[in-house]
Amino acid sequence: MSSLVLSLVSGISIGGLAAYLGTLMLQKRMSLVAGPLGHLTLPGVALALLYGFDVSIGAFPFVILGIILIWLLELRTKLPPEALTAIIFASGVAIAFLFLPLKQAEVALVGDITRVNLIDTIVSVIVCFVLFLVIRKIFPQMILINISEDLAKVEGVDIKKYNFLYLLAIGIIVSLGVKLVGSLLTAALVAIPSAAARNLSKNLHSYTLLAPIFGIISAVSGILVYYFTKLPAGPIIILINTLIFVISAIFKRKP
Amino acid sequence: MRRDYILEVKNLAVRLGNVSVIDNLSFKVKRGEILTIVGPNGAGKTVLLRTLLGFLPHQGEINWQKGVKIGYLPQGLTFLKVRDLPLSVKEFFLLKTKNENKIQRCLSLVGLPDKEIYTKRIGDLSGGQFQRMLIAWALINEPQVLLFDEPTTGVDIGGAKTIYSLLFNCWKEYNLTIILVTHDLNIVYKYSTNVLCLNKDRFCYGPPQNILTPEALKRIYGPEIKFYKHQH
Repeated sequence: MSSLVLSLVSGISIGGLAAYLGTLMLQKRMSLVAGPLGHLTLPGVALALLYGFDVSIGAFPFVILGIILIWLLELRTKLPPEALTAIIFASGVAIAFLFLPLKQAEVALVGDITRVNLIDTIVSVIVCFVLFLVIRKIFPQMILINISEDLAKVEGVDIKKYNFLYLLAIGIIVSLGVKLVGSLLTAALVAIPSAAARNLSKNLHSYTLLAPIFGIISAVSGILVYYFTKLPAGPIIILINTLIFVISAIFKRKP
Repeated sequence: MRRDYILEVKNLAVRLGNVSVIDNLSFKVKRGEILTIVGPNGAGKTVLLRTLLGFLPHQGEINWQKGVKIGYLPQGLTFLKVRDLPLSVKEFFLLKTKNENKIQRCLSLVGLPDKEIYTKRIGDLSGGQFQRMLIAWALINEPQVLLFDEPTTGVDIGGAKTIYSLLFNCWKEYNLTIILVTHDLNIVYKYSTNVLCLNKDRFCYGPPQNILTPEALKRIYGPEIKFYKHQH
């Protein structure tokens, strides 16, 4: 199968799903969290590039390790999570650049979706589909938790369980996103389509529908632009997202 | 526990950190009663409600009647939190039930029967509409007990009157038991079966005629409080 088709299939699933999860992250004011998490996947991405396995598989353990470290350090030092996140992710970047030859650094930082093979693509599509079902299942409860934790508790929502599933979903999405747009740009994959969708939505239905559509349009056009111009797909995907956001800001419904 | 008590609280004590918020509090709530909780800011009213719901660690006993269904509206569930949310009234109710007929019946009950409201964004409702919608939301799964924490925050005086008379109608209609935190002493006098006044570790409890005397209020709120009994 041609590498274009594989890239497109991977891009559609990852871009669409990241945008879908992004709608929840925007509501919880956590859009930027994917940024540092993306950065700290770098050592894993470096290993994957050096030994030639899928970068998402390299990235995932480092995201999880990062989340656990931040959580443990927060318990111990009582420092705000953002300070700890800064420490952890900068260390991740530093470690990666000790080992990663400069030649491969670009791939690690801005991604290269055109490298995916058939197996990578199948795995991505399956993981994205399962994750989509999980996010759809926890969505109403997450919205309720977001409105009021007490309200959610009275309705019998196990807040810890739902937050855990939500964080796990973020970890997986970041690992997949690294493949599409690299460590530097994963935050944009969740943040921009949902922000654009919210500009244009007055209910959840259109919000959660528009965001993935924007994510998919950006991924597809970014990959196509690469195919015809050889400009790197990752940055193009993000810039198309930005363009959609700017247009949505112009058409934003008046309150 | 006798069956006609829906809630029995015995020697309840709640500490937040090193501060004792509630100490040695006992009261009972009968089925069908309206218990109002009054007291100055910081007296522990919200803490008490949240403790009754099992959210906070405590000493002493809180016994709800077995299998009782509780509805709750927390304090300050105002626009701030949902104003920016792209969430329609319909979608807000769908978080709780899938039965759309029931949703519309419930909205009609609180005086919001319009189709237009149903699809409106929550953030676009007026303060009064929003509060009425919340009451409908609390009632939708037919709870036996409703816990309300200052349901008229952010609503003007006229609106507040409407909310309370609405609440009172629902109370009759559904044979509810209501535990209500409010600052509005007129409402307390008009509707409550019993009143619980909280002020730090002191409290008083009984029917409003006995509790809402000028002397008792002075003890709870301090000497500035003014309240006149309505002549009916």
